[in-house]
Amino acid sequence: MENKNILMQADHSRSRLMKEKAFLWIVVFFSVVTISPIILIIWRLIQKGIHQLSFSFLSKTTPDAFEAMTAVAAGERIPGGIVNGITGTLIMVALAAIIAIPTGLISGIYLYENPGKRLANLIRNVADILQGVPSIVLGLISYLWVVRYVTQGFSALAGSVALSIMMLPMIVRSTEETLKMIPITIKEAALALGVPYHKVILRVLIPTSFSGLSTGILLGISRIIGETAPLMLTALGSTAINWDITKPTSAIPLLVWEFYNNPYMVDMIWTSSLLLMIIVLSFNLMSKQIGTKRK
Amino acid sequence: MNSDKITRIVLLLVSVLILVIAAGMVFSLVDGAIPAFQKFGLKFIFSNNWDPTQGRENYGALPFIAGTLITSVLALLIAFPLSFSTSLFLGEYFKKTRIAKVVSTMVDLLAGIPSIVYGLWGFYTLRPIMIKFGIGDQGFGIFTASLILAIMIIPYATSLSNEIISMVPADLKEAAYSLGATRLEVIATVTVPAARSGIVAGYILAFGRAIGETMAVTMLIGNSNVIPKSIFDTGNSMASLIANQFGEADGLKLSALIAIGLILFILTGIINSIGKFIIKKMS
Repeated sequence: MENKNILMQADHSRSRLMKEKAFLWIVVFFSVVTISPIILIIWRLIQKGIHQLSFSFLSKTTPDAFEAMTAVAAGERIPGGIVNGITGTLIMVALAAIIAIPTGLISGIYLYENPGKRLANLIRNVADILQGVPSIVLGLISYLWVVRYVTQGFSALAGSVALSIMMLPMIVRSTEETLKMIPITIKEAALALGVPYHKVILRVLIPTSFSGLSTGILLGISRIIGETAPLMLTALGSTAINWDITKPTSAIPLLVWEFYNNPYMVDMIWTSSLLLMIIVLSFNLMSKQIGTKRK
Repeated sequence: MNSDKITRIVLLLVSVLILVIAAGMVFSLVDGAIPAFQKFGLKFIFSNNWDPTQGRENYGALPFIAGTLITSVLALLIAFPLSFSTSLFLGEYFKKTRIAKVVSTMVDLLAGIPSIVYGLWGFYTLRPIMIKFGIGDQGFGIFTASLILAIMIIPYATSLSNEIISMVPADLKEAAYSLGATRLEVIATVTVPAARSGIVAGYILAFGRAIGETMAVTMLIGNSNVIPKSIFDTGNSMASLIANQFGEADGLKLSALIAIGLILFILTGIINSIGKFIIKKMS
């Protein structure tokens, strides 16, 4: 009787340990499954995209479908490149950053300086909601505002406005969070010395939190570089290099969208995606690098 | 007026800009959607007929609302075991180890991949696999779109639950261990209940992400304007409909698309507010 009881207990704990082990293996297995797509995607991009990467890819404009077709039929490399997309992305992202960074920094500073104020809470909540708005809706908005009334046609400016609305709340929130981490005594010391308020901001708050602020900014930029949906409704695309912000302009992600199911252009699209990925990830890693250095 | 006051006013005015933008967005979306709602009334939301043919134009948003919800829920169901396991991997089993750092960096990178690259990869890698298994129409469909969506929302679901799980106080867990509980029992009876609301908030926010995703879904969902009958059917989400049909839209059709944008805006706004509310209540 006694013996049997002990045996049963041993049995019971063995099954508990088995469950324990099985669960650990499930966790490890699913975690491996979770990270496998990133490896598969990057591997595929490199495998498919590396061949077309060349100087002309970075310096010539998109070929028309016929040129690409004859080249593919002859087994040659597709002529031309995506410089119209590269310059377009450059202009639109730069313009969006110029709009969003100062506005975002100032709003972030306002939120930090006025904690608990009702207006500040409202702004913070609205920024959070804006951050969740789907990017395609931002495209619609910029279409209704800029394409319709400002440039009266698809334009790089409209694309930039959509991207800047996307970037703004990210910068506001990251600025506030960064500022919260600097010791208040630094600011108080400056104020005690009678430094004017704007100088406290420009000479004390911003410099001491500089690396944190740049982390947020770089992350924001890396988010908008790859955006396609808002640009489809605003910048439209262009086969030529365009420096005029009131005219339709291309971008690297827009080219991918335009040609992804064209069998003659697809090699070039893999390379474009590879390039896009390299740019996005380097911004991403750069922001992480600065972030870890700070600690 | 002294310079400090000017600085304060500048800070205030620039900050109010966010409110102006948000109010302007609501105004423009509502204003643009009015013609569609005037013509169809509430039937716009409940009708399942989307017919842009000139003369007998009729626009109903139900197929796209259904498409959006089905793909997002399915994506959440697929993502759950993966991201939950990963957050246990990062926040519990291998907390603060080098391997956890590598895994968490890779999960973060997943969030950095542009939607269009996911779409391209899905189109040329995932779709052939679907074709092999005879799923969907030439590999397109709700299921394929949900699969790619699941991969895309994993980082959002994982990062919050991982953070919350790793914050569960050690003495709670140690108390359970001292009573002889195994690790699994501690996770099931202590860690998860303690972290529950944070985990739920993470999945709500991930759901909000999934609803608004455009490019990858557009490239894989199959673009048919009917209510999908099964998860292997083709369909359209609200975002993918706007992406597909915006180019040739004007007049009533444009208004219908803006109305769908408005619905999308409201839906994501509500979902994100719920998620944020839960997080705020926790801290």
